[in-house]
Amino acid sequence: MEIAATCILPGTCRGQLLTTRQPISFWGCVDPVTGHISDKRHELFGETVSEKVLVFPFGKGSSTGSLMILELLRLNLAPAAIINIRTEPLLATGPVVGKHFYEKTFPIVNVDESDFELLKTGIYAEIVSRKNGSYIRI
Amino acid sequence: MHLNETAKHMLTGKKGRACELAMNILGELGDLYGAERMIAVSQVHIDMTLYMVDAGVEFAERMADWGGQFAVPAQLNPASIDLIHHEKMRVPTELLENSRRLESAFLKMGAIPTWTCAPYQQGLIPSFGDQVAWGESNAVAFVNSVIGARTERYADLTDVCAAITGMVPELGLHLAENRKAEILLRIADLPAQTFNDSRIYPLLGFIFGEMAGDRVAGIEGIPGQVTEDNLKSFSAAAASSGAVGLFHMIGVTPEAPDIKTCFRNGKPQDTVVITREMIDSAETRLIQGACPMPDLITLGCPHYSVEEFIRLEKYLDSRKIKSGIEFWVFTSRKTYDAIKKKNLLERIERSGVKIFTDGCSLQYPKESWNFTCAMSDSVKYANYCFSQTGLNVLFSGTRDCVETAISGELRISSLWK
Repeated sequence: MEIAATCILPGTCRGQLLTTRQPISFWGCVDPVTGHISDKRHELFGETVSEKVLVFPFGKGSSTGSLMILELLRLNLAPAAIINIRTEPLLATGPVVGKHFYEKTFPIVNVDESDFELLKTGIYAEIVSRKNGSYIRI
Repeated sequence: MHLNETAKHMLTGKKGRACELAMNILGELGDLYGAERMIAVSQVHIDMTLYMVDAGVEFAERMADWGGQFAVPAQLNPASIDLIHHEKMRVPTELLENSRRLESAFLKMGAIPTWTCAPYQQGLIPSFGDQVAWGESNAVAFVNSVIGARTERYADLTDVCAAITGMVPELGLHLAENRKAEILLRIADLPAQTFNDSRIYPLLGFIFGEMAGDRVAGIEGIPGQVTEDNLKSFSAAAASSGAVGLFHMIGVTPEAPDIKTCFRNGKPQDTVVITREMIDSAETRLIQGACPMPDLITLGCPHYSVEEFIRLEKYLDSRKIKSGIEFWVFTSRKTYDAIKKKNLLERIERSGVKIFTDGCSLQYPKESWNFTCAMSDSVKYANYCFSQTGLNVLFSGTRDCVETAISGELRISSLWK
């Protein structure tokens, strides 16, 4: 099935979904050297974000997260894509800088809250993020 | 997005390569989020000062090598370590070298070496209504909410770009219409003396952040006698548990004289009551892991102010910290000099307390100290401690931290006595 999405950062990819209802801070929640969720209280504790399509409602916490995403990109440990309900500029900064500085980036799309429920962990999805039309195929 | 001549020159490389990269990044973010134009900022607080990963050093050094010069006054958030008293902190050579690389790059671009996460308590403090570009989540929440200057929550990397260009896309909290609250948190009737206990403010901040998430929210029921340091701990806690860039404390903060003024359409969309049970639950959740007795007591997250040192000295009352316990306080160079002049520094250090400048309590060199459990009077510290340092953690008030350190027995008093 195809889910309508809004392009935040353009790109296309295919990957396995890793989904949480909890917000994620890339500083404090994710270890930039391994790509694992390092916050014990997070329901995804121990999972790796690398090459996954990471699905969470929105970001939280420290403004250092963008740098952590740049490091994940530098080390080729970044997620394949991010799907949010809302993406704040702070979260988009890492992949935007990554594109200009390391020529490495990943797409980000937004979906409606009702469609968010369809995006279950483990499903393979194709993400097409374009300014003139975006979708997620699961 | 509309760009003026200066911005266009930057974008096309006429102002050098660093400016070109910085403007391209800011321009793309502005376009993504629908900014109409770039606006000038009067100053920048740079968050990207901790050495944590090589990407940060590579970015700062490349910008400096490419001729990047800060176009407006730019102050610095803490380094990972104490750049002056690094021997006392047992900083390994590699971490010191990496921190020095960042220091050189920022100083080369013209940064003001403040090295503090409480820049709103010293140095170049913006005024109400000023457009600024600040990073560091606690500082952003404070400067927007308590001072009423206007900044988005600048991420690491965009802070450096803003300092190099002196401009940012006009987005988010720079715009008056985005500064109105949507939800109201009302504090249920608590005993009046609860507000004399400084722990209540960061606990309320923690709950506020969880409830508000990334929305602007208001909070009602905080008495008017709240101090600057209470507001500091509230800001830090709120911005650690939620993406809080701006809060309105009704009757306290400058954009919130009353509900009608600070809410979109003059009234809250939603009201949540903060109960005593929610405060108890927050307190419980801030204790992580088994911790019969802390071996590190660490204060100054955000950096301690002169007032906080005065209170600490009173609590210590010339008594000595029990051997086997490290008691640390983090502050800025400026506050360090101020308490030195007042002879406070000497009196506090005589109790066995180590006072560090420049650094961050969450980034100390872990491998040089084999701590197992930390205790702090900071909710932000307690919230991030386990994931950042691997230590179990306890949160309580400054007095409990002091009594625990002196007696060698865990002292956590009830908030409700």
